[in-house]
Amino acid sequence: MIYRIEIVPRGDVDPVGAGTLNEIRTLGIASVSAVTAGRVFLLEGDDRKLSADDVRRVAAELLADPVVETFGVGDTQLADRGVLVEVHYKPGVMDPVALSTAAAIADMGVAADSVRTARIYRLAGKPSDAEVQTIMARVLANDCIEQAVVGSLGAAPPPHAPEHAFRKVTVPIRDLDDAGLKKLSERGHLFLNVTEMRGIQDYFRRVGREPSDIELETLAQTWSEHCVHKTLKSRVECDFGFSISDSGLEEKDAKGEAGAIQSTIENLKSKIPPTVRRVYENLLADTIAAATKKLNKPWCISVFKDNAGVIEFDDKHAVCFKVETHNHPSAIEPYGGAATGIGGCIRDPMGTGLGAKPVANTDIFCFAPPDWPVARLPKGVLHPRRVMRGVVSGVRDYGNRMGIPTVNGALFFDPRYLGNPLVFCGNVGLMDRDKCFKNAASGDAIVVVGGRTGRDGIHGATFSSGEMTHTHEDEFSHAVQIGNAITEKKMTDVLQEARRRGLYSAITDCGAGGLSSAVGEMGETLGAQVNLETVPLKYAGLSYTEIWISEAQERMVLAVPQKDVAALLALFASEDVEATVIGTFADDRILRLSYKGEPVGELEMEFLHDGLPKYTRKAEWRPAPPSALRTPHSALSHTDALKRLLGHWNIASKEWVVRQYDHEVQGGSVIKPLVGAVNDGPGDGAVFQPVLGSPRGVALACGMSPRLGDIDPYQMALHAIDECVRNLVCVGADIDRIAILDNFCWGNCAKPDRLGSLVLAAQACYDGALAYGTPFISGKDSLNNEFVAADGSVITIPPTLLISGIAIVADVTRCASMDAKADDNVLLLVGATQDSLTGSHYELVTSDRDPHALQAPPLAAGAPPVVDLKQGPRIARAVAGAIAAGGVRAAHDCSEGGLAVAIAEMCLAGGLGFAGELDAVNADAAAALFGESPSRYLLEVEPAKLDALRKSLGDVPSAVLGKFAAKPTLTLTHRGAKVIEADVAALKQAWQQPLAW
Amino acid sequence: MSKVNALVLRAAGVNCNEETAYALTLGGADCVEQLHVNRLIEKPDALDRFNFLVVPGGFSYGDDISAGRILAKQLELHLGDALRRFVSAGKLVLGICNGFQVLVKAGLLPGLPPMPAGPTAGGNGQATAGANALLTITANDRGRFEDRWVHLTPASRRNVFLPAGGPPIYLPIAHGEGKLAVRDAAVLTALQENDLVAVRYASADGSAAGGVFPLNPNGAVDDIAGLCDPTGQIFGLMPHPERHSIPTQHPQWTRRGLKPADGLAVFTNGVQFLRRS
Repeated sequence: MIYRIEIVPRGDVDPVGAGTLNEIRTLGIASVSAVTAGRVFLLEGDDRKLSADDVRRVAAELLADPVVETFGVGDTQLADRGVLVEVHYKPGVMDPVALSTAAAIADMGVAADSVRTARIYRLAGKPSDAEVQTIMARVLANDCIEQAVVGSLGAAPPPHAPEHAFRKVTVPIRDLDDAGLKKLSERGHLFLNVTEMRGIQDYFRRVGREPSDIELETLAQTWSEHCVHKTLKSRVECDFGFSISDSGLEEKDAKGEAGAIQSTIENLKSKIPPTVRRVYENLLADTIAAATKKLNKPWCISVFKDNAGVIEFDDKHAVCFKVETHNHPSAIEPYGGAATGIGGCIRDPMGTGLGAKPVANTDIFCFAPPDWPVARLPKGVLHPRRVMRGVVSGVRDYGNRMGIPTVNGALFFDPRYLGNPLVFCGNVGLMDRDKCFKNAASGDAIVVVGGRTGRDGIHGATFSSGEMTHTHEDEFSHAVQIGNAITEKKMTDVLQEARRRGLYSAITDCGAGGLSSAVGEMGETLGAQVNLETVPLKYAGLSYTEIWISEAQERMVLAVPQKDVAALLALFASEDVEATVIGTFADDRILRLSYKGEPVGELEMEFLHDGLPKYTRKAEWRPAPPSALRTPHSALSHTDALKRLLGHWNIASKEWVVRQYDHEVQGGSVIKPLVGAVNDGPGDGAVFQPVLGSPRGVALACGMSPRLGDIDPYQMALHAIDECVRNLVCVGADIDRIAILDNFCWGNCAKPDRLGSLVLAAQACYDGALAYGTPFISGKDSLNNEFVAADGSVITIPPTLLISGIAIVADVTRCASMDAKADDNVLLLVGATQDSLTGSHYELVTSDRDPHALQAPPLAAGAPPVVDLKQGPRIARAVAGAIAAGGVRAAHDCSEGGLAVAIAEMCLAGGLGFAGELDAVNADAAAALFGESPSRYLLEVEPAKLDALRKSLGDVPSAVLGKFAAKPTLTLTHRGAKVIEADVAALKQAWQQPLAW
Repeated sequence: MSKVNALVLRAAGVNCNEETAYALTLGGADCVEQLHVNRLIEKPDALDRFNFLVVPGGFSYGDDISAGRILAKQLELHLGDALRRFVSAGKLVLGICNGFQVLVKAGLLPGLPPMPAGPTAGGNGQATAGANALLTITANDRGRFEDRWVHLTPASRRNVFLPAGGPPIYLPIAHGEGKLAVRDAAVLTALQENDLVAVRYASADGSAAGGVFPLNPNGAVDDIAGLCDPTGQIFGLMPHPERHSIPTQHPQWTRRGLKPADGLAVFTNGVQFLRRS
């Protein structure tokens, strides 16, 4: 029999209900006057073993909190007034609370066979049926994983999945023509193109048989863009409208009008840097990886090979860093998508070398503006505010439960992220210096540990490699996973002990592609035999192929020497973590899969890993013609422009996000994401001590500049690197110990213009990394970030390159923060200002452009500010030296919104005012105040130490701007005219208000 | 002088164990061990080796059902005798954040005698869990997790760890369910009269927070941030003393310089109490 327990708040204190009501109000629905939110538990058990008294005892002593809640067993207690809505998980969706509850009930000696949870809401007032439907769809439930019903389902029976009836599936491929191959790929959601399908066809013709379904799936997973990055590794032929010879640029089309061509070429010459090549044999190897190779830093331990890049920390320790994206799942189910994004990223350091202890998270998100008009939302798209709330909650709940501080992040907004939000999750791990490499051997047992395998996440790797469409929400809901952080936390804890005791020889995470990728990678040079029926399942009914490609979360794969298997299994059991032997590594480089003794798949590892056809892709890029940007608000006073800038989504305070993350767990926090007199200023980067008791620290920061991506992808990438370096330098990083990561999120790079901008950015990564001496140690790309709306129109994201940086800090007591410290202290600007507003946020806040237009914004004439690859690194080094010497009271990087915003931020963080003049800044007033020139730093120094500071900076450009003042007013003059005059409190209010949710 | 042997309890989802162990070492404990609750359940006598038990912060069992509930149930079901023996031997128990929630929900705090039930409202079921039915720790008024620093005043003369009369201290909170709520006014009066309110949220100068956010970050009744039992040897609090036991953990150390860390006192006072006894 099934018992229904309902728990509702006692009295009127109901934070969940209040929050829900708030969300309903933001939809513009006023007919709901109050919301009551309750919890439902459904317990099923054998009548002879589970009595009503047992259930009442479980409810009273375990489930309900008597001080603040009441419970009922049976029908709902809420039926008296208002509309009831009950929300249940769809069958097969992870329900972490149910799992914990079942274990706790068993611990009480009560025999329940199954536990499920649900939520119930009572909407008081008189909402119409249509309003209730809207509330259900937009606030209470996500149709992708949940089912919402009006009323109460009562004690609905749980789904009981039938056992899988084994039937080996063979897929004829040898006789198909191209059309047939294409159809097979599409029908099976393989996301492989005809060339790839032909390669597979040739293989099976050679081995003389038809493939099984599991073999095709294994190839599709392993060859997916997500797993092998075939675009970045392809041969790229560039055509930028001209050809490049040794002597320079030549006309491509001599028949055109000479003058026009000449001016076009001149224009291109100024835009295409001389380092860009016509042909890249392997784009990734020739640019990003080449820079690392050339820099050849002795402190780089493992780069690009493993799940994360590894650098030296001290004599005994190393740190590794990986940043991943989880864009497509987050678009469909923001909470689960983002939670599993961070969960998956954490497993990368855990699966690097012999495994790391996760010590810090970073999170960077790109959304459409949260004030998006509901009426203008395309079909199949969740509202950006809901996406943002869901993503932040997902990262919060997973990261906080894992006990990993989320110390750094950024938010960036553009309308074109509407159908395709970007969710970047990063994790830093701490490892032993002598455990940075794997050494799996033939004969080692293949052991899967952690969570069980279910139907969740099937086809995640291939789905994330394709474009989003308005129907994806329905077709691919099974690609979305819900995480269970505690399963991962338990696994992390016990893995540390297993590592200490040396019980395994290799480890990797089970991410995209599931077991197929994990075992396939680990056994690449060995071969493997896997018995699929031994994999522990969440529920019955999975086919052998589903078991093999499921991307169920919280699983890792270990190679365990046979002599250690018993000890390892006992260790995992002692902390309630499942560990199961599922096969053996072989010695013949063949992957063999069987189900209940029956062979179901056999592939040569060589074909699996090296059989992917090599591509040649075309890249082209034309600079967008400058359009006359209308800036009707240029009559706006500079003070008002400053307030608008501070309130722009990209610049406004992110405190609402930061406070929801535990950024201090593990106890190593040194420079927090919120700094200043009242802990609410915008820190540039974070510093933490991964080894308590050691003076050394790790600094984390990031840089991105998608605004420039539309104008000049090469400069965009350099700006991102420069910003990342600036942020690290400002908190006290050692300039000689900075490593960086790349994350490319681009549109469909099969389109030559998209690939062209990617090529320019990749070349800039090479040039920038060499100039700054910052090797790339890891990276990841996510292509095909396009959304196809129901009417066929395509929304392409702006080309977005995230540069994440990790640096070593020799002595954390020398770190700096950005908040102004004391009145009378002098503010010094280091670095040169270019007279340009192109690509700036000032352009955005002063133009009359529709802020919700889905096209690239119009551009002002003129070039954006450029990074000087000779001067930029010199400035960074000079500033880092000055901070390390201890003569700097505050350091702040000058980025979005320019100098005026940076000074305002220092004031509002420090609770001080400032009076100064910008005459030394060689630009017009607007460009001096709001231009976004790179390589600029603001340093606060005590007057007595100013001379020493300037001397230590050597010949890099610097200018004294003025002094901080006790009176909280910001005044700036430019060439004799007062250009800014504002109360710091008013500026702070403008800055805090937009995201004070 | 007695040796101080501290035990930091681990369980699925506990995540502040390492830094809590580090703070105990800084506080002078002679020996600090981290042990999984499963080991204690297998062999409850193992507890007897220790004289300072810390239930650290985290999300034990995911805080599924409610914060600390499942670990509390485990302690109640399997370790009740061992814990009673531990406490009656004059040993110390400290619960931080999730550990505080566990101690309250397991009935170890505040140790008030049973009180007659007040009027109840609604529902066909009345939860009956014994001592813990007097008060609970529940969702923050603002309905979400927050990490922020708070000022606290020590308020109980009984509390061994932070006796009343000491200066206000500055510690971070990081929780979504930190609001102390009582069944009725009589319970609050009993807490006050028995001097069991150990720390209160306050302003920087030590004046009362008066329930005002963000000084009182979660809406706790009477600004209560922590409780002790009548012996003063069991202490639980929502803020994290281990996160302010190193000077560079202070959020404003770059402004005010490196000064002694406030939270360390909780550990040193505990260690010194055991040394004296």
